[in-house]
Amino acid sequence: MNYLLKRLLAVIPVLAVVAVIVFLLLHLAPGDPAVIIGGDTASAEDIERIRETLGLNRPLPEQFFHWVGQILQGNLGTSVFTGMPVAEMIMQRVEPTLWISALTMLFAVVFAVPMGIVAAWKAGTWFDRAISGLAVAAFSLPVFVIGYGLVYGFSTRLGWFPVQGFKSLSDGFVPFIRHLALPVISGGLIYMALLARMTRSTMLEVLGEDYIRTARAKGLSKRRLLLRHALKNAAVPIVTTIGLGIAMLLSGVIVTESVFAIPGIGRLTVDSILRRDYPVIQGIVLVTATAYVVINLVTDLLYGLFDPRIRY
Amino acid sequence: MRMPTLFRNSILTVCLLSGTVLVSQPAFAATIHMIPQGDLKILDPIQNPGYITRNHGYMIYDTLFAQNAAGVVKPQMVDGWTVSADKKSWSFKLRDGLKWSDGSPVTAADCVASLKRWGAKDVSGRLLFAAIGDIKAVDASNFSITLKAPFGPVLEMLGKPSSNVPFMMPERIAATDPNEQIKETIGSGPFVFKRDEWVPGNKVVYIKNPLYVPRKEPSDGLAGGKVVKVDRVEWNYIPDQNTALTAFRNGEMDIYELPPADFIPTLTTDANIKLAADPLGNQGWLRPNHLAAPFDNPKARQALYFLVNQGEYLAAAGFPEAYRHKTCMAYFMCGSLNESSSGAAPYAGGKDLEKAKKLLQEAGYKGEKIVVLTPSEPPVQAAAAMVTVQNLKKAGVNVEAQAMDWSTLLARRSKKDGWHIFHTFSVGADVFSPAVNAYAQANCDKAPSGWPCDTKLEELRAAWVAESDTTKRKAITDDLQKRMYEVVPYVNFGQFFQPMAYRNTLSGVLNVGVPVMWNIEKK
Repeated sequence: MNYLLKRLLAVIPVLAVVAVIVFLLLHLAPGDPAVIIGGDTASAEDIERIRETLGLNRPLPEQFFHWVGQILQGNLGTSVFTGMPVAEMIMQRVEPTLWISALTMLFAVVFAVPMGIVAAWKAGTWFDRAISGLAVAAFSLPVFVIGYGLVYGFSTRLGWFPVQGFKSLSDGFVPFIRHLALPVISGGLIYMALLARMTRSTMLEVLGEDYIRTARAKGLSKRRLLLRHALKNAAVPIVTTIGLGIAMLLSGVIVTESVFAIPGIGRLTVDSILRRDYPVIQGIVLVTATAYVVINLVTDLLYGLFDPRIRY
Repeated sequence: MRMPTLFRNSILTVCLLSGTVLVSQPAFAATIHMIPQGDLKILDPIQNPGYITRNHGYMIYDTLFAQNAAGVVKPQMVDGWTVSADKKSWSFKLRDGLKWSDGSPVTAADCVASLKRWGAKDVSGRLLFAAIGDIKAVDASNFSITLKAPFGPVLEMLGKPSSNVPFMMPERIAATDPNEQIKETIGSGPFVFKRDEWVPGNKVVYIKNPLYVPRKEPSDGLAGGKVVKVDRVEWNYIPDQNTALTAFRNGEMDIYELPPADFIPTLTTDANIKLAADPLGNQGWLRPNHLAAPFDNPKARQALYFLVNQGEYLAAAGFPEAYRHKTCMAYFMCGSLNESSSGAAPYAGGKDLEKAKKLLQEAGYKGEKIVVLTPSEPPVQAAAAMVTVQNLKKAGVNVEAQAMDWSTLLARRSKKDGWHIFHTFSVGADVFSPAVNAYAQANCDKAPSGWPCDTKLEELRAAWVAESDTTKRKAITDDLQKRMYEVVPYVNFGQFFQPMAYRNTLSGVLNVGVPVMWNIEKK
């Protein structure tokens, strides 16, 4: 309990450092939302007046402390373009990103872990080589190439899936799955490859241990040996990879979101950076940093489930 | 093998739930899905002149006057008007029954407030309001304008078709500082904006405005009856153009507002797709920084004309020949009422690197570094910048192409030093007259980035707007263009026609340079 409390309290300085760095980087980088709002025909006077109405002409420390004051009151601020609360904009985008991330990781785990286990068990056989080859191929292909390939095959040629867009689960299960199938597969292949290779190598190492030889000599069934004895002991690095994968996915789904026009957090981030929507970028970074810390914490806690020697 | 009970029950529950949800979804039989040119992020068409915001304005707001397909201004919200013999006193009467989408009546006071806000912001609005002595609401449906100085194109300005369009808003909203974004989206136009369904960066939803009262005349350009024949319009922003093209060709979308030029040949061969380009087209601009040497010298700016072969620029941007004007030397668009060839003769021979070099030398250019702001996108500006860089190099100029994203470019060009040239373009409706063409301004600090400064040019612009007689105005246009070729506020790198693509399931699509959604039927 103490450990959990300490870890949660450690989030505060992490977020504070992130907040300062992001704020400074954004405001020192070239770009000015006022000139974008002013448009092609704005005069210098127009731009200055827009900066004034947005509060962008105030000294940087004043802007920073104003923003921090808002954060402390639970307010992430307002987009300088849309006028919408940042929290609302993020909430609009959370669902697609969470679904893609969760289903992508589920897809990867469901296929990769069994593939890795069997590849390790059958090390050196054609099956192992085939799995390794496929993993290298999936790892090497960029997500957008896989995405466009899937769209061409399954949307344009066969017409099974829509080319783009997202439907919420509340719009019905079938449209929900139809819109997510291709993005999940194209984004999941790379994680599947990564996880399959990680599972294979970890399992290979464990399968060479003395206690496994002993277990085999005792006549344990193959299934019990692999799942109960080998996989459990190989789980810590696999769980770490899954944890890292989820964290990477949260920020890395931008390519998938762009190729399939899915309104997720990744696209919101890029759009906001391109138009220098400072409050939105700052809000996303804070939320993402918090998510990273929580995922790391959950991953650490899971270690204890798989390896009783690990205690906090 | 039997399926575990829990697993089986879960699948059944999900299927039943999804079926229920599917049945409960509202059906929008007549919904138009459009891929817009960009992401609608600003809802105020007065604060922001961006075309996507202007298009949003046409969905939910109405105008006092509007241009028909022939470019003639016709009344829209206005029922009738009178003007005194000296053309200084104007009276306008609004149509009966006009209502805001919140149900309240449109009043003359609303229109006066809206015009004042527009006049504080728009380039032509500022010209008009400089001539206005008094503007006031006479009663609920009548207002008047009294001019203190002659102003010719009063109705043309009130019916200005492009940014900033004088859209009418309720008085309380129009009272907002023009540099601050409005907080409500209440209009009296043909559609209502569904703020609760708006997902910036993804989706904008409009529904038919049940309170809208269209004019009785048939649709004609932006004028006439704005009769809405669909229930709902969705703008689905797709940032990746390959995905946008595939979704459009697959029939997921009905309209592709601005397909990139290199997609035009593909779209042309698809029997299910039609293309419609605004007949006036767009004009490309190469804008020098008039404050940075050597372009503070008119000879250096004139030299830029000898670097330009318009066909070369438009080909680089990907436009097929059918979508380019061969060569257009008119500052106020070829094919417009203000087309002129005055002053263009010295440049009629086209690209001439030797002449460019000579003029640059005469301007005192001694090999200093010339910075061309080179964006990675949009494609037209990016291609144009690359062509200019190549041509400058060929003319012996020490040139540096500084690559950056568009937002950085906007910020860089707003500073008066550190750059020499950038490129942009504008739709014909924002170029076709000296009153609306913002880049024709030569009022120094008040001009957009580039800051041309020329008293004679400004006097000619003032004379143009003061003149009511069309023949006299034509003569002023000629003088003005001649002066523009001397001052070179910008170099026209070509006139091109950017088509909008739509599927043949739609009929009644109006080809007006703005993706208006009235008059369209969907099979």
